[in-house]
Amino acid sequence: MSTDSLSPYILTLVTFVPLAGALFLTVLPRRDRDIRIISLIVSLIAFVASLHLPVYFHRSQAGFQYEIDKQWISSPNIHYHMGIDGISLWLVVLTTFLTPLCVLISWKSVHDRVKEFFILLLILETALIGVFTSLDLFLFYFFWEATLIPMALLIGVFGHERKVYAAVKFFMYTMIASVFMLAAILWLYAQTGTFDFVEIEKQLQAGTVTNFPAAAQWLFLGFFIAFAVKVPLFPFHTWLPDAHVEAPTAGSVLLAGVLLKMGTYGMLRFNLSLFPEQSRHNAPWIMILALIGIIYGALVAMVQPNMKKLIAYSSVSHLGFVVLGIFSFTQLGLNGAMFVMLAHGVSTGGLFMLAGILHERRHTYEIAEFGGLASIMPVYAASYLFIVLASVGLPLLNGFIGEFLVLSGAFQARAAYGVLAATGVIWSACYLLWMYQRVFYGKVTHPVNNSLGDLIGFEKAAIWPCAAAALLMGVAPILWLGAIDPAVHAALTPIVQVASKVVGQ
Amino acid sequence: MTHFFPALLQAIPQGVDYIRILPELVLSVFGIAVMVLDPLVDEEKSQKLLGYIALVGTIAGLASTWYMASSPGMAFSDMVKVDTFSVFFHYLVIAIAGVVILSSFEYMAVQRIRAGEYYALILFGVVGMGLMSSAVELVLIFVALEISSISTYILAGFRRHEASSSESSLKYFLLGSFATAFFLYGVAMMFGATGSTNIDVIGQKLQAVPASVLVYVAMALMFVGLGFKVAAAPFHVWTPDVYEGAPAPIVGLMSTGPKAAAFAVLLRVVFETNAPGLFWMLWIAAALSMTLGNIGALVQNNIKRLLAYSSIAHAGYLLVAFAMTTPQNSLNGISAAMFYTAAYAAMNVGAFAVISHFANAGERYVTLEDYEGLGRTSPLLAATLTIFLLSLIGIPMTGGFFAKFYVFSAALRANLIWLTLIGVANSAIGAYYYLRIIVVMYMKEPRKVVPVMPVSFGLGTALAISVLATLYLGILPNRILQYAQESAHYVLPRASVTNAANTNQVTPTSGVAEH
Repeated sequence: MSTDSLSPYILTLVTFVPLAGALFLTVLPRRDRDIRIISLIVSLIAFVASLHLPVYFHRSQAGFQYEIDKQWISSPNIHYHMGIDGISLWLVVLTTFLTPLCVLISWKSVHDRVKEFFILLLILETALIGVFTSLDLFLFYFFWEATLIPMALLIGVFGHERKVYAAVKFFMYTMIASVFMLAAILWLYAQTGTFDFVEIEKQLQAGTVTNFPAAAQWLFLGFFIAFAVKVPLFPFHTWLPDAHVEAPTAGSVLLAGVLLKMGTYGMLRFNLSLFPEQSRHNAPWIMILALIGIIYGALVAMVQPNMKKLIAYSSVSHLGFVVLGIFSFTQLGLNGAMFVMLAHGVSTGGLFMLAGILHERRHTYEIAEFGGLASIMPVYAASYLFIVLASVGLPLLNGFIGEFLVLSGAFQARAAYGVLAATGVIWSACYLLWMYQRVFYGKVTHPVNNSLGDLIGFEKAAIWPCAAAALLMGVAPILWLGAIDPAVHAALTPIVQVASKVVGQ
Repeated sequence: MTHFFPALLQAIPQGVDYIRILPELVLSVFGIAVMVLDPLVDEEKSQKLLGYIALVGTIAGLASTWYMASSPGMAFSDMVKVDTFSVFFHYLVIAIAGVVILSSFEYMAVQRIRAGEYYALILFGVVGMGLMSSAVELVLIFVALEISSISTYILAGFRRHEASSSESSLKYFLLGSFATAFFLYGVAMMFGATGSTNIDVIGQKLQAVPASVLVYVAMALMFVGLGFKVAAAPFHVWTPDVYEGAPAPIVGLMSTGPKAAAFAVLLRVVFETNAPGLFWMLWIAAALSMTLGNIGALVQNNIKRLLAYSSIAHAGYLLVAFAMTTPQNSLNGISAAMFYTAAYAAMNVGAFAVISHFANAGERYVTLEDYEGLGRTSPLLAATLTIFLLSLIGIPMTGGFFAKFYVFSAALRANLIWLTLIGVANSAIGAYYYLRIIVVMYMKEPRKVVPVMPVSFGLGTALAISVLATLYLGILPNRILQYAQESAHYVLPRASVTNAANTNQVTPTSGVAEH
């Protein structure tokens, strides 16, 4: 009983614990060690609190759970409406899981303006969780925009050589795209009189919204552009490599691990549920863009001389899988898309951390600068290999499950797409293993590398949880899919109804 | 003789009439007190002392506004109207003046400006602005407009040793007089067309008989005059030069106070008279102001000029709320516009308070290069400015967001899709140049040494008030908006308000019936 009484407030707690921590940090004196320790504690508290969510989650139910719905502003009719279903549940946990690791990986590497760094990191965590938990379109938009500022500052202040360029590019791309979403949200509000996602969905399904048929395509595109830039879907991906290369390690981890998923989450939650008919209409070209993203991203990744850029382009490729899975409109495909999101968050997060560790020692990401590291840094090399294999999609590790499901879904939708997408799996093995070979095998070509130290305690503490999660997800995917499956089924229902209507005519 | 006497008695202002202009009276008294005391105290002390008197004056002004609010109604033969609308703007302009005075303490000392006239003129200016919001008689509005304008003309030239300040003052004066002349012409023609200068009466007359050409010309001329005051395109050309030369705290004042008051007048003139032919004029002015303001700001390197162009753009966003035709939409538009003036005041006064502190003696440091590395050298000041800039961009959780939000959703409800799109696209452009300031503050290393003084108590208070107001409007906009919505009813003619209530009830059912 006591857990039930906690339920409505647990989401609020999880969302705002990091923010409270950030506010606490602002009043603290600039003693870097204290600040790091407190950030770690705060992010761990958020993680432990968020574990409450899957533990008490009713897996068989499809609807929103832990809901809280209170009026915030009466005019316009904005509610503080939060809740999670099987789709958002794991994304919240992914965020809270990665943040403590980000704190650990930044322990030594950030030594200038430490206080600002951790304040921004914690604010970013709150905003990211908020994106996944809000059920009020206004609240959602608020958190959506709120992720921009701390992320842009993390890139622009703590990044590398071309940080300002990358930060501004990132900010402008996503800001301009989300303005279209705002326009669509405002239109929906003007016609329905509410920002509540559940209520709007109900009204749209009932067909009581005036002028909706005429505007639906534009609304769909308004939402879709904002999400597509975030994913990033080809051809909106150009901001991503710049942002990743210049971002500090923790920024990259959260950017790839969580921020990109905001886009795919948005497609799944808003495009599919609010505009099922338009989703069906537009699916062909979206799937083609996703396929281009998968193959193009992989091919470009292969020729990158820069390790971080390579991982960035691999994200473009992997997120292509997610979009393909979503717009295949099959149960398998959507399950797979969700699973790839989580798996990619863990393994690419891990890859960025590993790349960051190397950068800290040698201040370069150039692959050609390394070689033969396996003999010098054995623990590092082993960890790297493990994460690379997870990312490549070795069975029994997390990458495999998701890609397998997506491909099955794509085959069901259209066999040709499945075949084309399957090549992406091969490509990813090519570029990651080739990169691994160039960095770790062979002779040590640069004498500087002989003095590189192996992983230290903080770094192990950051990497090994990723590896453990990758293994667990690969061995027991049902732990995750059990909650995802009903939610995905519910998300698909309107689409299936639309399809049967078309067939019926 | 016998029946003449009671009529005369009626014409003599009653006691309650004076309560209805109490804030103006109180502020005038304090303004005169400052002027009288100025020669009596020695120069060293005068700065502080007169500043505090002026500050107390604004606090007394706020208190008397609160007192005035309890006795709404007409005063002085229907020339002054006290309703929640005018109370709203009284609070706003007096609060702006209070914050500007607070932020001026330090500025005056650094720039070595004699304080006497300065504070007195601010108070007199506020008298004019307050009166503008409560006057419903076009001639009185003109008088109030002149009171507020003349004090700002002089204030713009207060950095006497700088040529740019004198240029600013003279330019503002010459063009401003020109514009008020237009306004006066408009009033005269309106009188010719309707036989009255009372806004309510004009509204009734215009509803009764179809409007003649004269009415269109009159409205256009009045719009020219007011458009100049709010810095709306195409009457905006003066703004960058004037803002660049004028003392920074005064720019904070004149970009918000007189502007808010002029918008109040414009709201009354546009909606209360319900004159025809304004829609496209407002539409074009809004679209032009947004676009020209934002594009102009993109290439600025002087931060005062940049914010001048930004203020033109914001006037454009505000004008979007004016392009309403039906009564229900007008209600939305009016309340959105009122909220916008408040939110804009909070963020812009705050931004200029930071700029005036940072500019240092002689306003030497006002270019973007001077702001490089400010995030490292004085983090708190930079964080404060960042909040104001984010609000100007329209990022959620700040007042600027809800301001834009209300305006655009009012426009969407009125089906002004194109105007909304222009506005939304402009906000995206606008983000770029505000962001530039944040970028140089945080992401660039300082190339030269810019001395930053410690923040004094007065300025700190001013900044704290502005930040709190900006965040308050961004997190809990409800109360202010509700107040604005209640006030909006007073600006519409009586008949159309009841109409609006009716149509409001009918729409949902008709919407259902279509399907």
